[in-house]
Amino acid sequence: MASGKVPEGRWYTAEHEWIAGDGTVGITDHAQDALGDVVFLDLPEVGRHVERGTVFGVVESVKSVSDLFSPVTGTVAAVNDQLKDRPELVNQDPYGEGWLVRLDTEDPIASGPVLLDAAGYRALPD
Amino acid sequence: MPEESTASRWRTTPLTAWHEAAGARMGEFGGFWMPILYEGILEEHRRVRAAVGMFDVSHMAEFLVEGDGADALVDRLVTNWPSRLEDGQALYTPMCRQDGGTQDDLLVYRRGANRYLLVTNAGNRDEDRGWIESVAAQRPDRPAVRDVSDEVALIAVQGPSAVAAVESLAHGPVADIGYYHFREGVSVADVPALVSRTGYTGEDGFELYVAATDAPALWAALARHGVKPVGLGARDTLRLEARLPLYGHELARDVSPLEAALGSFVKWEKPGGFIGREALAAQRAAGPARRLVGLEAVGGIPRAGYAVTRAGAAGEGVVTSGTHSPTLEVPIAMALVPRAWGVKVGDAVSVAVRGRPVPAKVVKLPFYRRPS
Repeated sequence: MASGKVPEGRWYTAEHEWIAGDGTVGITDHAQDALGDVVFLDLPEVGRHVERGTVFGVVESVKSVSDLFSPVTGTVAAVNDQLKDRPELVNQDPYGEGWLVRLDTEDPIASGPVLLDAAGYRALPD
Repeated sequence: MPEESTASRWRTTPLTAWHEAAGARMGEFGGFWMPILYEGILEEHRRVRAAVGMFDVSHMAEFLVEGDGADALVDRLVTNWPSRLEDGQALYTPMCRQDGGTQDDLLVYRRGANRYLLVTNAGNRDEDRGWIESVAAQRPDRPAVRDVSDEVALIAVQGPSAVAAVESLAHGPVADIGYYHFREGVSVADVPALVSRTGYTGEDGFELYVAATDAPALWAALARHGVKPVGLGARDTLRLEARLPLYGHELARDVSPLEAALGSFVKWEKPGGFIGREALAAQRAAGPARRLVGLEAVGGIPRAGYAVTRAGAAGEGVVTSGTHSPTLEVPIAMALVPRAWGVKVGDAVSVAVRGRPVPAKVVKLPFYRRPS
């Protein structure tokens, strides 16, 4: 079971990213807890093209490095610049102030082969 | 996210059940199932720098070396000079093989003439025992070597408030124990302890060696006294800031103490020499091929194994340990680089962070020194 908070109204990947209806992307509560203190993020620049299921960035905690996988194909429309100075926001508020990027996409943001709804994500095996 | 393996494959300490009950995140280290963190590495790290924390380091291996010839045996085994210690004094030392490579690094406690306690790394325990026993077997008086690792637990209490915390639980003084000195048979929370003014954090504090069966009582007493537990995650960031080497990273079978910048722990003038002296002397004469340096990076965290390059210079270095420094709040690393680079403090190098060059500069070691 994916532990931690899993709010409704967002869609989730098996790699523990979430995406909201407006294309905002972050990592889940479960992911931030498993990583521990986030101290560095390597995020793409605005305008960059990202492919669904491929690595678009990296999140580093004190001990470990994890790739970030894009939930959809699209273009980076915004990056959370606050995280440069306050990477801990990813731990403190993973679904809010700790968002990572916003993507412009024509992919459907809905349950399907790639994206899970909250219940589907909660049911994932660890 | 990494999945954790089950505890059953690994050795445990007398405190493993406590850590699990406390909700620690557990992981394997040196063949043991150990607490990596309780609340968070940053918080635990900062607590040790600011106040005090306690560590279960019972995974460490302990050997008693005793009997006629023990003085000569330990002098032969290690590069430093244990027989020169006073009773009640300890030292840090590498232990080399004939080729000058490092078998392990350890603390040697001189308990009396021909009576020593050797404390080595958990992951090397079986190999160390075989090595020490084989060297002992070559001595005419065959001093006894006894592996007491399973009978001994080790709790480190570290930080600026550590001495006061231990003193308040001890019957009798401990604050008068000097740096790298120890006292045996001190009652701490009614548990007999060897109290050692040593540590692996860059802070003041003690390491308390107690009987394995007494460890839970001492740990609980420290906890009741407000001392909070710290996991191996913060132990690693603390030791790295203080530039303390970790075996398997800064030191290894193919890394000599001279390359690891531990030449001050190699006593060339020791009568009778020591194992590895000839190889190390040749290395010193020619200049070791590599040199350990400190790095501060910008825009990425150098991790162990990442390649280091220098513009216009041949060869490649390698990061031995790297992390985000909780105290300095920048990425820091130690790296072995070609001596031929001739780098000095302030020089620029580059670290390949997942294929991307990240600029770094050579900085003075240690990264952190406690205010005196």
